[in-house]
Amino acid sequence: MLDICNLHASVDGKPILRGLDLHVGTGEVHAIMGPNGSGKSTLAQVLAGRDSFTVEDGSVSWDGVDLLAMPTEERARAGLFLAFQYPVEIPGVSNAYFLKAAVNAVRRHRGEPEYDAMDFLKRVKAEMKAVGMSEEFLYRSVNEGFSGGEKKRNEVLQMALLEPRLAILDETDSGLDIDALRTVADGVNRLRSPERSMIVITHYQRLLDYIVPDQVHVLSRGRIARSGGRELAQELEARGYGWIEDLQGAQAARGAAS
Amino acid sequence: MSTLEHWLQRYNAGRDTLPGAGVPWLDALREEAIMRFADEGWPSNRLENWRHTSLTLLEERSFAAAAAPLTAAAVVQGLRRDDDGAAGGHWLVFVDGRHAPALSDIGALPAGAQIRALADVLATRPEWVEGHFGTADDGASPAALNAALAADGAFVRLARGVTLEAPLHLVFIGGVREDASLVRNLVIAEANAEATIVEHYVGAEPAAAGSAASAGALSNAVTRIAAGHDARITHLKLQEEGRNTVHLAAIDAVQARGSVFASHSLSFGAQLARNDIATRFEGEGCEALLNGLFHVDGRRHVDHHTRIDHAQPRGTSREFYRGVLDGAGRGVFAGRILVAPGAVRTDAMQRADNLLLSAQAEADARPELEIYADDVKCAHGATVGQIDEDSLFYLRTRGLDETHARNLLTYAFAAEVLARIGLAPLKRRAQAAIRARLPGGELMEAL
Ligand SMILES: Nc1ncnc2c1ncn2[C@@H]1O[C@H](COP(=O)(O)OP(=O)(O)O)[C@@H](O)[C@H]1O
Ligand SMILES: [Mg+2]
Repeated sequence: MLDICNLHASVDGKPILRGLDLHVGTGEVHAIMGPNGSGKSTLAQVLAGRDSFTVEDGSVSWDGVDLLAMPTEERARAGLFLAFQYPVEIPGVSNAYFLKAAVNAVRRHRGEPEYDAMDFLKRVKAEMKAVGMSEEFLYRSVNEGFSGGEKKRNEVLQMALLEPRLAILDETDSGLDIDALRTVADGVNRLRSPERSMIVITHYQRLLDYIVPDQVHVLSRGRIARSGGRELAQELEARGYGWIEDLQGAQAARGAAS
Repeated sequence: MSTLEHWLQRYNAGRDTLPGAGVPWLDALREEAIMRFADEGWPSNRLENWRHTSLTLLEERSFAAAAAPLTAAAVVQGLRRDDDGAAGGHWLVFVDGRHAPALSDIGALPAGAQIRALADVLATRPEWVEGHFGTADDGASPAALNAALAADGAFVRLARGVTLEAPLHLVFIGGVREDASLVRNLVIAEANAEATIVEHYVGAEPAAAGSAASAGALSNAVTRIAAGHDARITHLKLQEEGRNTVHLAAIDAVQARGSVFASHSLSFGAQLARNDIATRFEGEGCEALLNGLFHVDGRRHVDHHTRIDHAQPRGTSREFYRGVLDGAGRGVFAGRILVAPGAVRTDAMQRADNLLLSAQAEADARPELEIYADDVKCAHGATVGQIDEDSLFYLRTRGLDETHARNLLTYAFAAEVLARIGLAPLKRRAQAAIRARLPGGELMEAL
């Protein structure tokens, strides 16, 4: 359902994604791993529509639609969700208002009736309980003063409320203790369904003990350097990322020689 | 025309009928004040404090009553309806700078509280005012014009330990039949007294936007507040005058030991508004909050000059000003903090932040710290910026369209200032007032 072909993206003229290919089928969960700075967040942000990155080449087709041609908010309404690596603090906007505005924007798009305050509160409180957030977080400003773990739970909460077709989780596990990691993973697993695809970006294979992916990809220097099953994640854990980069370097050298 | 002659003539013609005329100290003070105004004229940008806000435009300008005057009664009704606590509130209404008894409703007052029209007090008990009226030398020349010509205003006196439970609302409706309103408000709070005083400034919009440059009203207000020791005074000013009005105002507080003064200055209307807000700590352990929000669009201009005089030790001041600037609007903030020799353990903090919604809008924010004491904490910061791109993107990834997201962030920026207003009905009123001015504000009600 998601076809990324030869994607090149740059920021301020500096190339970051350099010919990335990725195919994620409906209902599949793909993990993307890779060293810091390899372009994982850039990929996530480009898919969500961040315009500070320039797409230089390539295409992204989502159920046959040209994803890159859609404005950010339309991608969201059509069911693309990005859980941010660094969720943004928005002082002065209550989490409750924010969540309700988001849910209703998506519901409107789907032709579903908008939630009124009562229905919304009922729904959001149930979801908050599931991700281990106290109701107090409804009335605080979005992410403001939240701990790292609270911010990540708030991302999972949004994902649960928005019921996306394609969820991209950008290092939702980093900085979490084991309990928080479990809660987040449970949240993700609850959402797994044959209609929903997920891209789980992570630096550590630890998360993949809880969220078992269909495929694992290694991103290095802006390209998918290697793809495989779960065992690839374990290999990475054991050997580190160095060998992937060495492999890539060798390939590049062979390419140049021939 | 608004030339100096116009005002001198007005003074000459009116001085014998001003309330309190014939009271020697007051006659002398008014004479001195009009002389100062004649001498200095309207402030020009040659003066350091008026660098960004010249009033020389006033010399070429004629003033006129509104083409489509407001019905004062309807205005008051509207304000009272908005105020949840209206039933118990105290309302003193002025039309074109004159007390309108029929529209006022002082309500029941606790013993030891007096709320009167200044004109009445000057006419009957001028000795109550002596020493509190101010002098011809206070502030800038518009304050001198006010001292010479202001015929009315509110006179509030709270005896020791008296608390006004409900807010006192002072409503000033300008440009109804006259081209200028000059008011002077005196608030005298004795030791341990407590009150919240709200000043509403409202006026008609010009009949047609095209006629904007020609005529409008002048609104000139001075409020003087004396807070006795351990008194707690909250002052909220909501300026929503018509886009043709020139609003020139000063708020001057003096604080005795342990007193707490909070000023919320919300400047949303007028073509040009200048607010000079000052407080002086005359005893130890005073606290002041100077909180402000302004909004300009079109070619409107708002200028706040504040001054906190830490003249005594252990004073705490917090200052937060924000501006939302659209169109070719202009905003100025200059915050002066003085820490006198010996004012040890002073704790002063100032922030001024401006949000520019258009490329033509312009904001200046300037701290001026003068510190002559050791062992003090003084911090300040000022920013001028646009909507944060990260926040905008975050909201859009959640399905909010760009316009909604921008409006939401703009309102949130403004609403943070209003969150400091303690009384819920006043906070809600202020929120509604800014929502009415910001794009898409009507969607933000649930925020
Ligand atoms: N806005 C930006 N401006 C400049 N460089 C950026 C920007 N965003 C990312 N980069 C650079 O792009 C590269 C990839 O970053 P990123 O996608 O965040 O990596 P990852 O998420 O894999 O750690 C890094 O070298 C980073 O410094
Ligand atoms: Mg990253």
